[in-house]
Amino acid sequence: MNTYVASSRHQARYTITGMSEDDVALRNLTYKLFVELGRAPTVEDTALSIGCTPDEVWAGWQRLHSGHALVLQAGTREIRMANPFSAGPTAYRVFADNRWWFANCAWDAFGIGAALHADSHIESSCADCGEPLRIEVRNAEPDDDSLVFHCLVPAMRWWDDIAFT
Amino acid sequence: MNLFRSEEHVTNWLGTRSAGTTIPVTKLSELAQAWWGDRVDPNWQPRNGEQNQAILNDLGLTDPFWSLS
Repeated sequence: MNTYVASSRHQARYTITGMSEDDVALRNLTYKLFVELGRAPTVEDTALSIGCTPDEVWAGWQRLHSGHALVLQAGTREIRMANPFSAGPTAYRVFADNRWWFANCAWDAFGIGAALHADSHIESSCADCGEPLRIEVRNAEPDDDSLVFHCLVPAMRWWDDIAFT
Repeated sequence: MNLFRSEEHVTNWLGTRSAGTTIPVTKLSELAQAWWGDRVDPNWQPRNGEQNQAILNDLGLTDPFWSLS
């Protein structure tokens, strides 16, 4: 029996953030599937993988969304972001661990290689002039140190509108 | 959260908007390693606000802009 189903039959235990250990287990299985599949898993993928119902997965994903551990696509039963990964196309493409991914933003673009513990190749463009940017990241070192990163939204406001951030 | 060729391009892009903060891409890469490095670990555990703030502080990102609360 998988960890998520087994633990859900016992009294819930909670992490330091208030997220239940059951939900952390669901989150970790969801990320595992994302990496294995190379795309965001569906509720059905996840339910099949862990042996529970799609509705149980959906309920858990909603709690994880509230806890900022996942971002769901409004009006659907789909994942939008499993940061640093994006479920859909963005302006930040990353090749890492023998696969192309989409990142949610420039920070996440560097985060994909970090999360996968792999070197990466990032393709994007200057947000001002549109000139293509291609960055090789080897051992966490970008090959072009002339570039800069700008963050418009102060940290305490990031989650007010994470898609805008 | 965007990449730019230089600070001059950030200024051009901002126009009349208020600036946020700008850091070198090398610092961004360090930040990404520290922030996202554990995200697909099978035993990942959520961090609280103090732990997240400590990551920023340890990288020298101590300006009020980087305050999470």
